[in-house]
Amino acid sequence: MLSVRSCESGYGPLRVVKGVSLHVGTGEIVALIGANGAGKSTLLKTIAGLIRPTAGEIIFDGRATQRLRAHHVAAAGLMLVPEGRQLFAPMTVEDNLILGGYARYRRGQATWVNTQMERAYELFPILAERRRQLAGTLSGGEQQMAAIARALTGGPKLIMLDEPSLGLAPLIVRTIIDALSRLRREGTTILLVEQNARAALSIADRGYVMETGSVLLEGSASELLENPDVRRAYLGKDYTRIDE
Amino acid sequence: MIYDATSETMARDALQQLQLERLQTTVLRAYRNVRFYHQLLDARQVDAEGVRHLSDLRRLPLTTKEDLRRAYPYDMFAVPLREIVRIHKSSGTTGKPIVVGYTRNDVRRWSELVARQLVAAGLTDHDVVQVAFDYGLFTGGLGFHYGAEKIGAAVIPTSSGGRLDDQIHIMKDYKTTALVTTPSHGAALAHRLAEMGVHPEELHLKCGIFGSEPWSEGLRRFLEERLHIRAYDSYGLSELTGPGVSSECEARDGLHVNEDHFLVEVVDPVSAEPLATDQEGELVFTTLAKEGFPLLRYRTGDLARLLPGVCPCGRTFVRMSRVAARTDDLIAIRGVKILPSQIADLLAGIAGLGPQAELVLDRQEDQDMMELRVAVSDESSLLDDLKTLDAVRSDLRARIEEMMGFVPRVMFVEKRTLEVAGRQRVRVVDRRRL
Repeated sequence: MLSVRSCESGYGPLRVVKGVSLHVGTGEIVALIGANGAGKSTLLKTIAGLIRPTAGEIIFDGRATQRLRAHHVAAAGLMLVPEGRQLFAPMTVEDNLILGGYARYRRGQATWVNTQMERAYELFPILAERRRQLAGTLSGGEQQMAAIARALTGGPKLIMLDEPSLGLAPLIVRTIIDALSRLRREGTTILLVEQNARAALSIADRGYVMETGSVLLEGSASELLENPDVRRAYLGKDYTRIDE
Repeated sequence: MIYDATSETMARDALQQLQLERLQTTVLRAYRNVRFYHQLLDARQVDAEGVRHLSDLRRLPLTTKEDLRRAYPYDMFAVPLREIVRIHKSSGTTGKPIVVGYTRNDVRRWSELVARQLVAAGLTDHDVVQVAFDYGLFTGGLGFHYGAEKIGAAVIPTSSGGRLDDQIHIMKDYKTTALVTTPSHGAALAHRLAEMGVHPEELHLKCGIFGSEPWSEGLRRFLEERLHIRAYDSYGLSELTGPGVSSECEARDGLHVNEDHFLVEVVDPVSAEPLATDQEGELVFTTLAKEGFPLLRYRTGDLARLLPGVCPCGRTFVRMSRVAARTDDLIAIRGVKILPSQIADLLAGIAGLGPQAELVLDRQEDQDMMELRVAVSDESSLLDDLKTLDAVRSDLRARIEEMMGFVPRVMFVEKRTLEVAGRQRVRVVDRRRL
């Protein structure tokens, strides 16, 4: 569904993404793991159309999108759940969610948007309880759920998540990870960027490991979990045997 | 039957995306972790981060056997020894050995590749597979063992040593359905079977997978007739992984290369320039998924060509022709060019001889001399009768004369005096070069 070929991107003269290639097949959960500063967020923003790549191709659903503006990319069905949630704090949860379906809503598809929104509430029941609350008053975990729900309201084919576990307690992380797993079962394709490699690889089919702008390793989730460099650098394991 | 249809029938553009991703990561990891590649790429001013398209492969320098020999033993390893779980050795007969290492993932992927090959030859978990390849540092034995185990077949690890009679008794009594070994060992077994008076129908054999040395269609027919099997060609190199690089499918019209694990090119053996499809040249491989021992554009020394067109079996991986010869094999003597494999094929057709043999080339008074020293199997009845031995010798000399235009000296020796290991059935000692 998504193919990225030798993508180069950055900020002005600063090269952050140095020729990255990856792909996400329909119905897959693909993890992109790596340390802080590896270029993962920049890559996601580039795919989402927020940053224009300096080289390379991005093909989504058969269309080249590297020249598309962000709102067109979103309208095509590729949604980004940005790093740090970035909800509209003074607006209610419900309004935040409706905004996720803005493009379709404007075209008179209000009913459709409402259906997507109800599905999102079903995935995160706690949000339904808080629908009239101001988004800024939610806890960190709830905000993350709201951010994901907002993206879902647009009815995406592929959803990209930038560090959803950041700053969250392990139990909440687990809730969110399980929700993603359920999302995939229901037919949504997912690209998951995480520093928390263990959480990401626990539900991913495949993964890529990024380091200082380049992909160094790719493989199935089990292969990456088995790779000694990944274990040492991202899973914090230097033992000969892991029992989790 | 296809073991891994998702991979083996992948659409070409999806395959190329995967190859690009894997080539980029392989070049980066090789550059960062293998001193040889770090120095080589720096020296040739090739940017390890500069691979943007599959065609950029050509800009990478080639790796030779000599490079690997100089790295003896562990300098080509891309991971610390702690992460290596298996060590094997390449079976080359000349020069320092090449030591290869595998991580856990490498071993697992290797067994998947061999599994693909066995299923392509029609094997299932119902089969009884006799692995008569050398178990040990050579990759053939354990390579096929793990692959056969992966598909759930019953594996009989007879290895390659021991008496032919024992191998045959096992084949018969243990109801072996698939024989995996070198073509010359297969020929020796076929001859011995006939000598023992065992009819192939008394065996349960249906399939034979042969590899590790070049062998002719003639030898294939011989094996198929004498053993009542379908014989499949298998190609691999320890440096790349062992068996599992490419193999024949049921169509047997070329060997499918596991292109999601290896990028294959054919280059001119002299200039190293890339050649087009259907042109014969030297096979050059780049590993795409090896962690412990990645190789960039490795010159195999094997001559073949890439076949155009699509195979009816449904696999989308490119096919290579059977390996005709090795680049360093060709011998020129008295104006004639011959391959040791031609001599080996000749010997395979005569019961009781070989497969070990030694070709000694010398120069006396401006004349090229050739002496062929052939091992006589100690299980053969040839040694009993001097007259039979003479007749066989005359026959052999006549056949060689027909092939080459002159008659060499032919000597029969006991098997033990010829210590020939590995891929070459006929070892060539060329004293003329000195």
